[in-house]
Amino acid sequence: MMEVRGLISHYGRIQALSGIDLRVEAGELVALVGANGAGKTTLLRALSGVQPLSGGAIWFEGADITRTKPADRVGLGIAQVPEGRQVFGPLSVEDNLKLGTYRRRGPNVAQDIERVYTQFPILKEKRQQAAGTLSGGQQQMLAIGRALMSHPKLLLLDEPSMGLAPLLVEEIFRTVTELKKEGTTIFLVEQNATAALAIADRGYVLETGKVVLEGKGADLLANDEVKAAYLGGV
Amino acid sequence: MLSSFLQFLISGVTVGAIYALCGLGFSIIFNASHVINFAQGEFIMIGAMSAVWLADAGVPLPLAVILAILVTMAVGVLLEKLAVEPARKASVTTLIIITIGASIFLRGLAQEVWDKNFHKLESFSGETPINLLGAVLMPQTIWVLGTAVIVILLLAWFFNRTLEGKAMLATSFNPLAAQLMGINTKRVLLISFGLSAGLGAVGGIVITPITFTAYDNGIMLGLKGFSAAVLGGLGNGAGAVAGGLIVGIAEAMAAGYLSSAYKDAVAFIIILAVLVFMPNGLFGRKGTERV
Repeated sequence: MMEVRGLISHYGRIQALSGIDLRVEAGELVALVGANGAGKTTLLRALSGVQPLSGGAIWFEGADITRTKPADRVGLGIAQVPEGRQVFGPLSVEDNLKLGTYRRRGPNVAQDIERVYTQFPILKEKRQQAAGTLSGGQQQMLAIGRALMSHPKLLLLDEPSMGLAPLLVEEIFRTVTELKKEGTTIFLVEQNATAALAIADRGYVLETGKVVLEGKGADLLANDEVKAAYLGGV
Repeated sequence: MLSSFLQFLISGVTVGAIYALCGLGFSIIFNASHVINFAQGEFIMIGAMSAVWLADAGVPLPLAVILAILVTMAVGVLLEKLAVEPARKASVTTLIIITIGASIFLRGLAQEVWDKNFHKLESFSGETPINLLGAVLMPQTIWVLGTAVIVILLLAWFFNRTLEGKAMLATSFNPLAAQLMGINTKRVLLISFGLSAGLGAVGGIVITPITFTAYDNGIMLGLKGFSAAVLGGLGNGAGAVAGGLIVGIAEAMAAGYLSSAYKDAVAFIIILAVLVFMPNGLFGRKGTERV
C-alpha cells in the first residue's frame, strides 16, 4: 500500500533521516520503534508531506506522492494522529471531529461522529466542551477519532501512548488493535516498544535516521539487541 | 443635555462601527498568519475611493458599491500573493514591515490613479435628518449601523457555523494539525486577506457620505481599527466589535465634552493603557490549553 525508498531529510544542516526504506502492506499493522531523536516523528511528518525532503520517494497505492501537497494526501486516504495530540484547543470536541471530514464532506458525518462516540463514550459526554480542557488521554481519543473521520486507508499514529497513565495506554492500544481488525492499515510509531511490537504484524527499528532492524513483531520482541536497547534490558 | 449626549453617542457608535469592521479585518488576518496587516486602513480608502470614482463616472450607485468591494478584495488577494506569500518563511516582524511598505505603496498609487482631493459619496437614502429625542440622526447613519450589524452577523455565522469558517479558525489555532486535516493553509491565508479587504471596503464605502475620503484617509482609520482590535484582544472577533464601539464612543465623547483637538488622542491613550495594563485585551485568549 505504501512504500518508502531512500528517504532523506534535514533540519538545517542536521540530517534527521538518512535513507529510509520501508513498506506497509494493506491491512497490516506495522510498528516503528526507536529511541527519542531517532527520527520517528520526522519520518511520519515526511509521510504526511509537512516535512521537506532532500531525497527519496514515497509511493502510495502505486502512485508517486513525493511531491503531493499535505492537504491532498489526506484526500488520498492518509491520515495522521500527530505527536502530542494537536487537537484544536479552543474548538469544541464535536467541531474537532467535524474538521476531520474537511476533505471528505459527504452526507454521513453525523453517523461517523456517533461511531466515534460509541468507541469513546467520554467524548460524547464532553462533546460541547473546548478540546483544550480535556485530559491527555481524552485528547488522544479525540485525535484518533478526528483522524478516523476522514475514512483513512492508512492511519499514521505518532506516539499515541506518550504521557498517558498505564490504564489509558492499555485502552489506546486496545483501540488500535480494534481498528486493525476493522481493516484499517496502521503505521504505528512508538517509544513504548514492547507494547507496540506485541500488537504489530511487522516492525522496524530506527536508530539515528536509519532502519537498523526489521522483522515480524514477535521476532523483534524476542531479539536480544532490541531487548537490550529498547525493552529495558534482558 | 440628554440630546447632546445622545448626539455624541450616535456619532460615536457610527464611527465605532467602522472601527469594528476594520478591527475585524485586523483580527482575521492576524488569526490566519499572526501578521498585523498595516495596510488594512488602505483597504478602507481603496474601497471608498473606487466607489466615488465609479459613481462619478456615471455607474449607478449600487453597482459602484459592489464593484468597489470586489476591486478592494482583489487588491487584498494580490497583496497576499505578491508581497506576503513570497516572504512566507520570513519572521512575523518582517511580514509586518512588508505590510507597512505595502500601505505606503498603495497610498502613493491612490494619489497617482486618483488625486489628493477630498471626495464625497452621495448618501444612499437622501439627507433628510431624522429627529431622535432632540438629537439628529442622518439616514446614512442607519445605513452604516445596519450594514455593520449584517456584516458582523454574517461573519459570526461563517466562523461558527460553516466547516470552511471553522477550518480557518483551526488553522489559526494549529496550522500543522490543520494541514494534517487536509486544510490548505495557503488558501486560508489568501481567503483571509480577501475577506479583510472586503470588510475594510464595506466600512469605507458606507461611511464616506458622512466623513468624506481621500488618498490618505486610511492611515487614521486603520490605526483606530487596530486600537479596536487590540482593545478587544487581537484575534477575537467579538472583542474587535466591542473595541471598535468603545474607541468610537470614547472619541466622540472626548470631542464633545472636552475638545475635538483631543479626539484622535483618545484611541492612542486607550491602546497604550491596554498594552500596559491588560496585554491580552478585554477578551483576549488566555492560556487555557493543556499541553
